[in-house]
Amino acid sequence: MIEVEHITKRYGRVTAVDDVSFRVERGEILGFLGPNGAGKTTTMRILTGYMPPTDGRATVAGFDVFTNPVEAKRRTGYLPETPPLYPDMTVREYLDFVARIKGVPPKEQKDRVTAVMKRTRIDDVTDKHCAKLSKGYRQRVGLAQALIHNPEVLILDEPTAGLDPKQIIETRDLIRGLAGDHTIVLSTHILPEVAQTCQRVVIINKGRVVAVDTPEGLTARLQGAETLYVQIDAMGAQPAPVLEKIAGVTRVAASDHRAGADGFEVESARGRDIRREIARTVVNNGWGLLELRPMRMSLEEIFLQVTTEESAPQAAPPPEPAAPLQPETPEGVQ
Amino acid sequence: MNSVRNVLAIAGKELRSYFASPIAYVIIGLFALLFSRFFYAYLMVFVQRSSGMMGMQGGTNNINQEMIRYVLMNSAVIILFVMPMITMRTYAEEKRSGTIELLLTSPLTDLEIIIGKFVGAMGLYCAMLSVTVLYMAILFIYGNPEWRPVVAGYLGLLLLGGCFISVGLLISSLTKNQIVAGVITFAVFLMLWIINWSADQAGPTMRAVLNHLSIIDHFDDFSRGIIDTKHVVYYLSFITFGLFLTAKSVDSERWRG
Repeated sequence: MIEVEHITKRYGRVTAVDDVSFRVERGEILGFLGPNGAGKTTTMRILTGYMPPTDGRATVAGFDVFTNPVEAKRRTGYLPETPPLYPDMTVREYLDFVARIKGVPPKEQKDRVTAVMKRTRIDDVTDKHCAKLSKGYRQRVGLAQALIHNPEVLILDEPTAGLDPKQIIETRDLIRGLAGDHTIVLSTHILPEVAQTCQRVVIINKGRVVAVDTPEGLTARLQGAETLYVQIDAMGAQPAPVLEKIAGVTRVAASDHRAGADGFEVESARGRDIRREIARTVVNNGWGLLELRPMRMSLEEIFLQVTTEESAPQAAPPPEPAAPLQPETPEGVQ
Repeated sequence: MNSVRNVLAIAGKELRSYFASPIAYVIIGLFALLFSRFFYAYLMVFVQRSSGMMGMQGGTNNINQEMIRYVLMNSAVIILFVMPMITMRTYAEEKRSGTIELLLTSPLTDLEIIIGKFVGAMGLYCAMLSVTVLYMAILFIYGNPEWRPVVAGYLGLLLLGGCFISVGLLISSLTKNQIVAGVITFAVFLMLWIINWSADQAGPTMRAVLNHLSIIDHFDDFSRGIIDTKHVVYYLSFITFGLFLTAKSVDSERWRG
């Protein structure tokens, strides 16, 4: 549905997007994740035909956004970072205007506007001026605007930015509900959002794609080793050497220490579950097993790891480098 | 057909935004006030002069040449002052508020957007001029001016206004700040007006060029009631060139981001 091939965008000497490639399949929700200034907005602006790339090619629904922009735009709905509202229009006037310029047939216009207002739950503010809307409503009117011509592709730049928690949940539900009929690309710098809404994630940093995967895949891939957290009441003994002797354990590190409760991080080779062995060892030694849980890397940590790896290659190497994460080639994405 | 629909959609939106904000009312009110002052002054001069002539035998008192002409010339100057207020926000405001992203990512061509904005501004300009039609009607009710020169004069005003709007659009497309756009537009209009003031000191070729460039000079014949193709071509090519440069400016903005 969307194909991005080796897109580069330079502003003068600054390279905002550097050789970015990815694909989005029909009906999929793709999350575009990256810190502020990573090139998310620029990439989206190129996809929507707002600006041409310096180099590379992008097609939306089979139409090149640069050589055939009108056809591509007809099939794209776009919610920019700030919803593009005209303050002196009412919500209905605004949506009528957008419907007209997006090429909605005049006969269907009224029904489309009504349907979209209902879907985005803005039908209670139809006659309010856009200038008077709260942030949450502005965002939803922006979303309604993007949906008005029932586009095949939706490009949403930080759709939940500035919303309160309840609105965020509602917006996520709405976006999830749109998948299937629409192919969606959404950008965010909020990690849980990606895990909850997207089927696939592109992590971008400093204009480059650093990873493409499912949220689960990303978590698993980054975890070169399984780490367990164990808390033991060893009754004054030293449990670390004992733990190290367990088959499959590669490393034991003391993490916290309190009277009668020592915490350890126990690493094992990947795919090897050693929880039973640990429990057995602890009990056999007559100690108290207070806690035993897997330490899964959160997306937050993955994100930090991926982006710092990329940004500071010259910095002191991490003491225990995780399995290096190769940027995926476009072939690998499919 | 689709293009016409798109142009009209943009033009309608422009017009609505003029009338939804105080801008349209301020501009039309200001224009009407200044116009009525000039109208009154020239009417008084004309009345005095023609009643003085009544005593003499065979004095001609052509209201078209003696009054309407000067009123139209003065309206051209008022328009020069008022027009920057109409055009300054066209692009600058869209860029500042980010709505330009909506326009540029909609299935419209740049040209449709530009012409739509041009037509919208022309619409407001026509509304402004329609106020003056009331004054002219008074002359027709109480006097007997010829209507043809008056129509020619209005055609001239429309063309002149079109030129101002095309320049105003271009300048507005170059900046995000509508005040900057307004001030520069005003300065450019003035330059275009007074460019031939130094013509008298220049050589014959230069004098012809400078006189030809002066935007108000071409209006002189219109105000007399003469439609000269030379001037019509000048104004139309001026408008086309202005809109062409606006298209280039919007496109280059795209590339620069």
